[in-house]
Amino acid sequence: MNGKNTSAPRKALNFLSNNAVPVMFIIIIAICLPMSGFSTTFLLNEIMTRLSRNAFLILSLLIPIMAGMGLNFGMTLGAMAAEIALILTSDWQIWGIPGIVLAMIMSIPISILLGLLCGKILNAAKGREMITSYIISFFMNGVYQLVVLYMMGSIIPIVHTTIKLPRGYGVRASVDLTRIRKALDNVLSINIGGVIVPVVTLLIIALMCLIIVWFRRTKLGQDMRAVGQDMEVARAAGIDVEGTRIISIVISTVLAGIGMVIYLQNMGDMATYSSHSQIGMFCIAALLVGGASVDKASIGNVFLGVILFHTMFILAPKAGAVIAGNEVIGEYFRVFVSYGVITVALVMYETKKRRAKAGMGAQLAAAQREGDKR
Amino acid sequence: MSEYVNESNRTLSKRVIEALKEFGLPRMIIAAFLLLMFIVAPFTGANFWTQITNVINRFSWNAVLVLAMVPMVHSGCGLNFGLPVGIIAGLLGATLSIEWGFTGPLSFVMAILIATPFALLFGLAYGWLLNKIKGGEMMIATYVGFSVVSFFCMMWLVLPYRKPDMAWGFEGTGLRTTFPIDKYYGGVLSNFLRIEIGRLVIPTGALLFFALLALAIWAFLHTKTGTAMTAVGSNATFARAAGINVDKIRMLSVVMSTWLAAVGILVYEQGFGFVQLYNAPFNMALPAVSAILIGGATANKASITNVIIGTILFQGMVTMTPTVMNGLINLDISEVLRVVVSNGMILYALTRKSEVTR
Repeated sequence: MNGKNTSAPRKALNFLSNNAVPVMFIIIIAICLPMSGFSTTFLLNEIMTRLSRNAFLILSLLIPIMAGMGLNFGMTLGAMAAEIALILTSDWQIWGIPGIVLAMIMSIPISILLGLLCGKILNAAKGREMITSYIISFFMNGVYQLVVLYMMGSIIPIVHTTIKLPRGYGVRASVDLTRIRKALDNVLSINIGGVIVPVVTLLIIALMCLIIVWFRRTKLGQDMRAVGQDMEVARAAGIDVEGTRIISIVISTVLAGIGMVIYLQNMGDMATYSSHSQIGMFCIAALLVGGASVDKASIGNVFLGVILFHTMFILAPKAGAVIAGNEVIGEYFRVFVSYGVITVALVMYETKKRRAKAGMGAQLAAAQREGDKR
Repeated sequence: MSEYVNESNRTLSKRVIEALKEFGLPRMIIAAFLLLMFIVAPFTGANFWTQITNVINRFSWNAVLVLAMVPMVHSGCGLNFGLPVGIIAGLLGATLSIEWGFTGPLSFVMAILIATPFALLFGLAYGWLLNKIKGGEMMIATYVGFSVVSFFCMMWLVLPYRKPDMAWGFEGTGLRTTFPIDKYYGGVLSNFLRIEIGRLVIPTGALLFFALLALAIWAFLHTKTGTAMTAVGSNATFARAAGINVDKIRMLSVVMSTWLAAVGILVYEQGFGFVQLYNAPFNMALPAVSAILIGGATANKASITNVIIGTILFQGMVTMTPTVMNGLINLDISEVLRVVVSNGMILYALTRKSEVTR
């Protein structure tokens, strides 16, 4: 708009205001890093682990953003689907790579079902998708509890007492996944100067990135972007707006399910009733830390976000211990930062939207004045 | 042609659904469910009057928190998912009042007085922010609430509280997650003019206190400013054309909601008998939101009646289900039921045709 008279400091300021969150994070990390006293190898190892653990989950958020549906807090649904699949494969004693692949495959139909439901509800709540998807995640958490705590073992057969609660139905609070722990990560993993690189997991993530890049160019991808920009225009152009939106949520949920299997195989342990509850919040915070906004996110944002966010996550408790003499402070700090980042990003998005609207109004008024003169 | 038929069919079915929605089907179901609970309760061995006492008690704890939804809904700021902001102000009042050595009923009065400036300050900041982001209030309110709560998680540890009743004994720094307040204002309202008839116990003081606040809000909504608030909520553009300062009215409503939330948490604590810090306020907004929705409010319309009916239905459901379910089938699915019903109610409100904001 004002391309002609932007001076260098102005440009720098613009860059800063557009990338406020990542810059802020780099500063936090720069302060915390020397205090923590971690070795480089340890830090790199941790970051590599968390990158391979979380990247796929965060990639699942990209497609709804493209379709203009904002941050999909409903990705939790995919995570629940994955957990149900993993409970079943654990009970069937299918471990290692076959267990992981089977869990992924089994999570897909559940994810599709949940995604369809979520998409339908979100279509009824246009303009407030985020708060709705956020509440859906809570709602489905109740349904998930109903299924896992009451129906598993009584209606859905669960055989092993290591999984079943002593009372005869319901799943224990934690499901042991030691026998698939890092099964995927350890295939062809290589050690570069003390840093263990899980090649296959990274390859899967890379493949997913390529698929997303390709998907953006397909007809469906183009439709989604059109819907994201303006639903009315898209409808006038003959695009099935509702259908496209539902598909974008279904894809997101399915990807989140597969991502959750990758996440849990890395963890090697599953907290049946809480693993999924925070996953949406942390993934969204990480994506936003990478410089994404509610209406724009790229694959670059995902990777920058994972690295910055999780570096902060590793450093915060140690830094808290040094600053305030209490590690718990650091833990509270990182939770605060996660929420704070989401808040800031949401506020920035809404103010930008309002400003754009006001700008359009001013343009219209100017055009009208022009017309009056004539 | 076939498309046209499809379309008309859809509108017809939509209209039927719409009519059912207007009828408030979910509310009917919940009310019927609660009624059924009351009928079944005696057969499970639960005493009817004890049950009634429980419901009234829970009502008296929670009603003010639900009332805190009303001003913001009226001014079109939507459902106050940012309730924790006010709750934190209340908690500051509670802890400071105890820290400064007030005891008994005076500590309750002082807690309200100390919480007030914090509530005003937080409310002003929160209202200013909400004015900047009209249209996106609910999502941002949620996260503002979370940010404030998690910030205060750090503060409860860092702030120099010394009172041994609240602070960690062995270290002397940081507040405990939960501490009893029998020596302070525990039961201060509930025990005031308490009526006991057999097994039925009525916490008159707490009910009167709520009635007083509810009456004040009702009266306020009928003043000139109150009417302006309703006007802003129903149509901000018309209100502006009528010469009402929309931003100022919205700000006022947010401050009122925040203050009511601060008082609400104090009332809750005096009934519950404990102060809960750290992560506890995270989970306080959703029950209050769904309670007022169950009471018949929509995202831009709420009355005192909605508050009363909603709180009775919601708390009734929460207190009755465990006893009855346990007695009947020895299976406590009340927690699941609460989660599904309360969030389902919010979803229902969010997906209704009527505009949530403006």
